[in-house]
Amino acid sequence: MTSTTKIQPDVLTDNAEGMSYLNRLPRRMVTLYLPMAVFVFVLLFPFYWMAITAIKPNAQLTDYNNYSPFWVVSPTLDHIKYLLFETSYPGWLWNTMLVAVCSTFLSLAASVFGAYAIERVRFTGARPVGLMIFLAYLVPPSILFIPLAFIVFKLGMYDTKLALIFTYPTFLIPFCTWLLMGYFRSIPFELEESALVDGATRWQILIRIILPLAVPGLISAGIFAFTLSWNEFIYALTFIQSSENKTVPVGVLTELVRGDVFEWGSLMAGALFGSLPVVILYSFFVDYYVSSMTGAVKE
Amino acid sequence: MTTVPTTQPTATSAPWLQNNNLLGFFFMLPAAVFLVCFLTYPLGLGVWLGFTDTRIGRDGVFIGLENYVFLAGDKVFWLAVFNTLFYTLIASILKFALGLWLALLLNENLPCKSFFRAIVLLPWVVPTVLSALAFWWIFDSQFSIISWSLMQLGLIDAPINFLGDPTNARMSVIAANVWRGIPFVAISLLAGLQTIPASLQEAASLDGATNWQRFRYVTLPMLTPIIAVVMTFSVLFTFTDFQLIYVLTKGGPVNATHLMATLSFQRGIPGGQLGEGAAIAVAMIPFLLGAIMFSFFGLQRRKWQQGGQD
Repeated sequence: MTSTTKIQPDVLTDNAEGMSYLNRLPRRMVTLYLPMAVFVFVLLFPFYWMAITAIKPNAQLTDYNNYSPFWVVSPTLDHIKYLLFETSYPGWLWNTMLVAVCSTFLSLAASVFGAYAIERVRFTGARPVGLMIFLAYLVPPSILFIPLAFIVFKLGMYDTKLALIFTYPTFLIPFCTWLLMGYFRSIPFELEESALVDGATRWQILIRIILPLAVPGLISAGIFAFTLSWNEFIYALTFIQSSENKTVPVGVLTELVRGDVFEWGSLMAGALFGSLPVVILYSFFVDYYVSSMTGAVKE
Repeated sequence: MTTVPTTQPTATSAPWLQNNNLLGFFFMLPAAVFLVCFLTYPLGLGVWLGFTDTRIGRDGVFIGLENYVFLAGDKVFWLAVFNTLFYTLIASILKFALGLWLALLLNENLPCKSFFRAIVLLPWVVPTVLSALAFWWIFDSQFSIISWSLMQLGLIDAPINFLGDPTNARMSVIAANVWRGIPFVAISLLAGLQTIPASLQEAASLDGATNWQRFRYVTLPMLTPIIAVVMTFSVLFTFTDFQLIYVLTKGGPVNATHLMATLSFQRGIPGGQLGEGAAIAVAMIPFLLGAIMFSFFGLQRRKWQQGGQD
């Protein structure tokens, strides 16, 4: 009851728009800014911890009594130097890059044709094929790795980067095709029809008309596929034996973790540098990421 | 999936339509070859391997249901099934609740909205193995920063043994999984929230709906279709999780955090029992099918949620 009398003077000077009268500042502090701050802190803290550990001298790493663990005095590059010059880390980075780029291109190429065929050529059974592509996306690597290891071994590709380049498309193609189908669907039929009237072949339509219009979709699918293959772990762990063929996640885990003495500094430096390429890529293409992630879900 | 029949290409009489099947076949060929060779065939081969006693370096022979009979009497296997269900259930509920909350926060009028949205997605972009390594260090038994902070605050006396104690280990891996899963749920649901017309909210509040009622009777029903899809994905990926467990605990202590995927790997690859590992992997399929069926038939989107007639 008292609140109504308090609000009265406000009414005359009220220039709030729409429903914003519900959001007074103290209320917003508690319901919005505070939880948001907690979320951001929790979501980012592991990265901060990773970075700060990577530049801490070993003496400070485990000495919480004399040094504050949250900050670093006289940062060192020793861990990073050790990582880059005394381990096979640069090689792993190169392998990961090579495998991710190759499998992304393979998948994109196959997906462009597949998605175009399903969405626009409309051959008999296009719809069931589209549905099967979606179901293929739901088949998780953790039930495929054992038979795949068997196949990779029989094909003589065991312990080669080729094994990874050929197996990563199993989860990339369904995803890219599904995403590109959505993009192709948004391109008006009229454009294709007028090209057909002008005498263009299907191939010319795809190359000259559809692909240029679907560039945002191609970028979305491409960077997302790149990230997925950069992050892949179980296939790389199963199919690769020798150190020079390992990818970053596998190499860091299997070769930098030794015995009981953990070299946290170089381990965290390895984690940091392994994350940087995808994070940099991500920071340039945030909107494409978001659209590809939500695009796959919305359909 | 929208099954709205889009406008068909008009000319059924056009000559180029006649060889569409052939054209479609050739265009589908590259994708189909990959998927058949490295997805469909392995899936079938996996089921077959589950019925054999194949080991690494030795082809197996058909032994019928022996692997499954053995697993049915194997306490570790049933523990892994229980762990997987427990892990999936708790982690999915937390991811959904926290992710929805974060999505609602991000949907408000925040300063630097797109910046926050970009930051929030970061845990999802970074390779799981590498962020799991950071969690390994955060969960260290002696030098855990969480233990240290709590001790400084005077809340506990001794460091928490995060990964050494069965209950703690389960909670720790769930926390790490939730940390990584929240961004996906939040950003996807945010995309859904943005499609809800503001006029609906305003109409509801004019009719005297409270904040909670607006959420419960306007936002939530409008969001249900996307929630269904997002949570299906989330449940599937959590259920088949491997990386996080492999980095943090390798299934220990005393198998308390072994999931079906990690047990399958452990028996199949280092243990060499490909047949048994494949059988464990095949045992995951019914659960996955169940989840897909549930979301497909139980939570199908209704027409009114898309603005159509019922």
